[in-house]
Amino acid sequence: MLLELQGITKKFGTLVANDSIDLVVKPGEVHCLLGENGAGKSTLMNVLYGLYEPTDGEILLDGKSVTFKGPGDAMAAGIGMVHQHFMLIPVFTVAENVALGDEFTRAGGLLDLEKTRAKIRDISDRYGFDVDPDALIEDLPVGVQQRVEIIKALVRNASVLILDEPTAVLTPQETDELIDIIGQLKAAGTAIVFISHKLREVRAVSDVITVIRRGAVVGSVDPSTSTTELANMMVGRQVSLSLNKAPANPGERTFQVRNLTVLSPTGQRLVDDVTFDIAEGEILAVAGVQGNGQTELTEAILGLQDHASGSIKLKGTELIGLKAKDVIRHGVGFVPEDRKVDGLVGTFSVAENLILNWYNEPPFAKGLAMKPSVVMANAKAKIDEYDVRTQSADSAVGTLSGGNQQKVVLARELSRPLNLFIASQPTRGVDVGSIEFLHKRIVQERDGGTPVMIVSTELDEISELADRIAVLHRGKLMGVVPGNTTRDVLGLMMAGMTADEALGQSAEEKQ
Amino acid sequence: MSSQLQQGDSSRSVLHRIMGGSTLVAVLAVVLSIVLGGILIAVTDDRVAETSAYFFSRPGDMLTAAWEAASGAYIALFQGAIFNPRADTVAQAIRPLTETLTVATPLILAGLGVAIAFRTGLFNIGAQGQIILGATFAAWVGFTLELPPGLHLLIAVVAGFIGGALWGFIPGILKARTGAHEVIVTIMLNYVAVYLVAYLLFTPGFQNPGSSNPISPRLDDSALYPLLLGSGYRLHLGFLVAIAATIGVWWLLNRSTTGFELRAVGANPNAARTAGISVTKGYVVVMMIAGGLAGLAGVAQVAGTEKVLTGGIAASFGFDAITVALLGRSHPWGVFFAGLLFGAFRAGGVQMQTQTGTPIDIVLVVQSLIVLFIAAPPLVKAIFRIDQKKKKKTTKPDQSSEDITTTTAAGGVA
Amino acid sequence: MSVATETRPEGPTHTATVRNWKAPIGFGVGALVALLVFALGSPAQTAVFRISNDSDRFRLADVALPATAVGWFTAVALTLIAVYAFLQVRNGRKVARWIPIVYGALFMIGFLTWVVGSANTPSISLAGLIAGSVTLAIPLIFGSLSGVLCERVGVVNIAIEGQLLSGAFAAAVAASISGNAYVGLIAAAFAGTLVSVVLAVFSIKYYVNQIIVGVVLNVLVSGLTGFLASTLLSRDSATFNSPPSLPVISIPFLSDLPIIGGILFRQSIVGYLMYVAVIVIYVGLFHTKWGLRVRAVGEHPQAADTMGIKVNSTRFWNVLLGGAVAGFGGAFFTLVSVSSFSRDMTAGAGYIALAALIFGRWNPIGAFFAALLFGFFTNLQYVLSIVGTSVPSQFMAMLPYIVTILAVAGLVGRSRPPAASGTPYMKE
Repeated sequence: MLLELQGITKKFGTLVANDSIDLVVKPGEVHCLLGENGAGKSTLMNVLYGLYEPTDGEILLDGKSVTFKGPGDAMAAGIGMVHQHFMLIPVFTVAENVALGDEFTRAGGLLDLEKTRAKIRDISDRYGFDVDPDALIEDLPVGVQQRVEIIKALVRNASVLILDEPTAVLTPQETDELIDIIGQLKAAGTAIVFISHKLREVRAVSDVITVIRRGAVVGSVDPSTSTTELANMMVGRQVSLSLNKAPANPGERTFQVRNLTVLSPTGQRLVDDVTFDIAEGEILAVAGVQGNGQTELTEAILGLQDHASGSIKLKGTELIGLKAKDVIRHGVGFVPEDRKVDGLVGTFSVAENLILNWYNEPPFAKGLAMKPSVVMANAKAKIDEYDVRTQSADSAVGTLSGGNQQKVVLARELSRPLNLFIASQPTRGVDVGSIEFLHKRIVQERDGGTPVMIVSTELDEISELADRIAVLHRGKLMGVVPGNTTRDVLGLMMAGMTADEALGQSAEEKQ
Repeated sequence: MSSQLQQGDSSRSVLHRIMGGSTLVAVLAVVLSIVLGGILIAVTDDRVAETSAYFFSRPGDMLTAAWEAASGAYIALFQGAIFNPRADTVAQAIRPLTETLTVATPLILAGLGVAIAFRTGLFNIGAQGQIILGATFAAWVGFTLELPPGLHLLIAVVAGFIGGALWGFIPGILKARTGAHEVIVTIMLNYVAVYLVAYLLFTPGFQNPGSSNPISPRLDDSALYPLLLGSGYRLHLGFLVAIAATIGVWWLLNRSTTGFELRAVGANPNAARTAGISVTKGYVVVMMIAGGLAGLAGVAQVAGTEKVLTGGIAASFGFDAITVALLGRSHPWGVFFAGLLFGAFRAGGVQMQTQTGTPIDIVLVVQSLIVLFIAAPPLVKAIFRIDQKKKKKTTKPDQSSEDITTTTAAGGVA
Repeated sequence: MSVATETRPEGPTHTATVRNWKAPIGFGVGALVALLVFALGSPAQTAVFRISNDSDRFRLADVALPATAVGWFTAVALTLIAVYAFLQVRNGRKVARWIPIVYGALFMIGFLTWVVGSANTPSISLAGLIAGSVTLAIPLIFGSLSGVLCERVGVVNIAIEGQLLSGAFAAAVAASISGNAYVGLIAAAFAGTLVSVVLAVFSIKYYVNQIIVGVVLNVLVSGLTGFLASTLLSRDSATFNSPPSLPVISIPFLSDLPIIGGILFRQSIVGYLMYVAVIVIYVGLFHTKWGLRVRAVGEHPQAADTMGIKVNSTRFWNVLLGGAVAGFGGAFFTLVSVSSFSRDMTAGAGYIALAALIFGRWNPIGAFFAALLFGFFTNLQYVLSIVGTSVPSQFMAMLPYIVTILAVAGLVGRSRPPAASGTPYMKE
């Protein structure tokens, strides 16, 4: 089935998320949509899938104009979508999830799940998915959940399959398997729209690449286009992919983690016996696929995890057992991975957010009473220093752009003397201009002699900032390697090899 | 992506919408509700029923009757709530206003209790039970202890606060420790409080000796709120306590570190926790304050107006307090004026019932309609044809806080 | 390609070490109560439970339990269960699901024997007690089914009380005017639906917080029915407020069976409707296409939306259906229980129904038994006041509420509401 989008425009109030986008997807072709976070890729696909109504423009299937009132129409027309955040109901079984919306029934509207199970087994066998129709979704690992999503589309005979950032939650190995599956589907004549912001995998999987920037198409290119060129198209100007930072000058190792284990409330080991150090004036970057214990590691340091054991020492003080408040008072600065959820109070003003974890300390408060004038003066100074673009210090922080919100978080955390600075995904969803600024501030903090820990799922960012790299896989530390370690080795470690094994195998492959 | 964010934020943004909607909508909501109440009065009026029989021959009769029924009731309500022009003396004429202030006192106090919990993200449906407990504690101090004047009252007030705080502590600690939903727990505790006081009023320490009715002895004079305007009026010192509490809650929320914590917990518990603010402590603290404020409403009842403890001491103040807090958008001064408004309805309603025979229940109807309409500004705007299309088509960013919450929620797209 | 096996989590070897002490603590407290009250405080009488009435066609012998022996037996048994649960948890194992049920049953036996044994006349009719409980539970069950229908689809229904009250009012008025009780029954369903329409419109269309709408609706219905009761109804109660009652329909032979005869086969149409509603809603929710969609919308509306299910209209219709069901429960008050409407006559039944729904874990069958238990406590309070007991009736009346608090706190079982319950669904 030939899919054409003509002049699709989608506005949210004043925001133009998609600006007159044209796109042609042919059967048996993998068409990549490449663009930064927030470029409008997901919006476009939600329009195509009937979740959003386009403000303007047309969708054509085999030359015929169609309008989708909802996802039901899109599915009926043969369009399937695997969302970035899986659309699966955790307390339902695989079969129930697959059946939903397209159920087989017996007399009286009674469910007939047996037919659905048979279909699942059939597809599962054909593509080697190995999915049990009666397993509960909440018990399945993400890789399998993703396959359930693909089954959902295939059961409905999708001839166009949209994959929205499908590799964000996968290990490099699982990614390879997914690429394999994509190959099979393509061979069977399915058209695939592959959405990503990762240059490497886009080049590996696609037949055509369409680059989107700020809601508009920049151009369509061949997969043989060089990474640098793709990057330039994506961000719209020449970017130097390497930050000019001086070599580290590590001092004393004042931050020491020993045998740290973090359990989930149900007893799973989220962080498993992890040991490492960070020296003053050094950046340790923690790499790993999302959901391999990074969040829990940082939260355990902050005192936000209830079931942490082992030892975390900062300048000789044991942090385990301390409350978050006390950890912060010991000079730990923390940029959480999701600023909207954990870093900022959206309805609070910029000024209030700038003292969110320092509100009850002098000079902002005396006893119970806060000092609004001091809070305001502090806000004005930080807004200038960090070039936060806001109407005023009184504006709700939720009205700011992602980059400016992140500057508020960073300004708050870096504005007091630190003994340790932790930043999780410091530049996620941030525009390129701000990224450079944020990275520079982080390196500046290192050069001031603070031990710095960066957590990122982006290898580009890891390589750029790290003096040393620690890799986590399923909560276990696979090893700590130098900052210039190659991607191949890091990839193997992220998939569960120790540093030595990975170095060995990588060397072998090169020979 | 965007709708996921929205979903998580939605309940909160709705709360903010209630707190931040425009004043125009509030005024229109009140007008609309009063009109609907008037229609209800007219429809059930005898004269209207009679005249409607010959509506097609003389429609004017019915319309006049309907107008007279509704306006008569509301005029009586106004005269009972604010000012009685037919009174012989000035003192008599302003008596209704003092009645309004008297009735408003427990509404304001309990309303503050509901509002401060709202601001911390908790639905305190339990003001009713907290009032009962506050009244019970204060009453016991009032009729059992023998203390010098002044001190006796002070101890009674403190005891009332503690009683309410205790009843607020239970849902607070359960929410903090076990995640039990405060709505359910507070609703259930309301009933437990009702049965508890019913039981107590049959036990020797509480039941008035020699009485077989469930009623306590009268509180000692030394434990009663002094009357503010002499014995001709019921207005008592409790009203000044309500004003002080309003100022206190305003200061606490907007100028204190505790208020900063509570507001942060209410607006984004995750961020609060990451910033080292204890969310669980916030829940416990705010529920105790909220309960304590409702307890003070109980004190106003038992040491101000009723002077004895009965099973019906809380009347329906606890539930009315929820509507007061909603109408006041959970802002202390908003609650204060909403409390005055509903106090006026109540005080006037009594007068209306005796004068025109219109049941006081109409006040409940008008009150709940007001809150419903305020909570749904688009409905009010649609009814009054306030043009929203213009707003949608312009490309200027919307400035009203109501829209900020929705655009923030949708901000994931950007 | 055996990819899936590689990515499976390692499973049991990684679990445990995080222990939940709630169950053993709860059991321990209960055992202590049993020891202090049922055993040490046991009366020197024998509690007699009459199974059959003298008029019954089939007679079963009375059950006589010596209070002291039963008191000690239950105290010891409960202590053993508490110790067993403690050991299980200490060894990192979960407490089996049947344990709390056995515990609860034993506790009830101990309690009943103690309370009846302490009465002036230590003899009660078990059949009458249970039949009365069912009768009292009927409106509660309808109310909690309304709650189940609404919450399963993601709308919190605090307005059950308002739905019941409006149903009671409409049933009284419609049945009085028409002179036909069945017309009243249908009117009740309409009135309940009307309340639901307001709930649905405000919470689904205008995104007003569901709890707020529910609370306010209860006040509105109370005010409205109270207003009309003291105007229209009191002015001409012969026309507006003297509804005929729904007759009791006895099924021949079956209604003569001991105990269950009265419960199952000697009911008014409302009673039979209740049983039908429980079964139909249970099967509907868990074994039909409709139910799958409803639960999906209540758990993860976005996922349902992406599968082409109209989230908000599903919610809307379900909330309306819930209102109709609660309306039937309301009719019980004026067409079965008493034959006239009086203001606020539901007296908080809607809130007990809400409690039953939670205690019954959002399941129609669970809600049925929870409501039955609450009806039982209420009825026991009446029965005990007749035989003369030392236990204050107010404490018996409090029990449903306290049990519910313990339930939501997780001390009695675990309740997990539908994930999206309470959150409006907004697209764009």
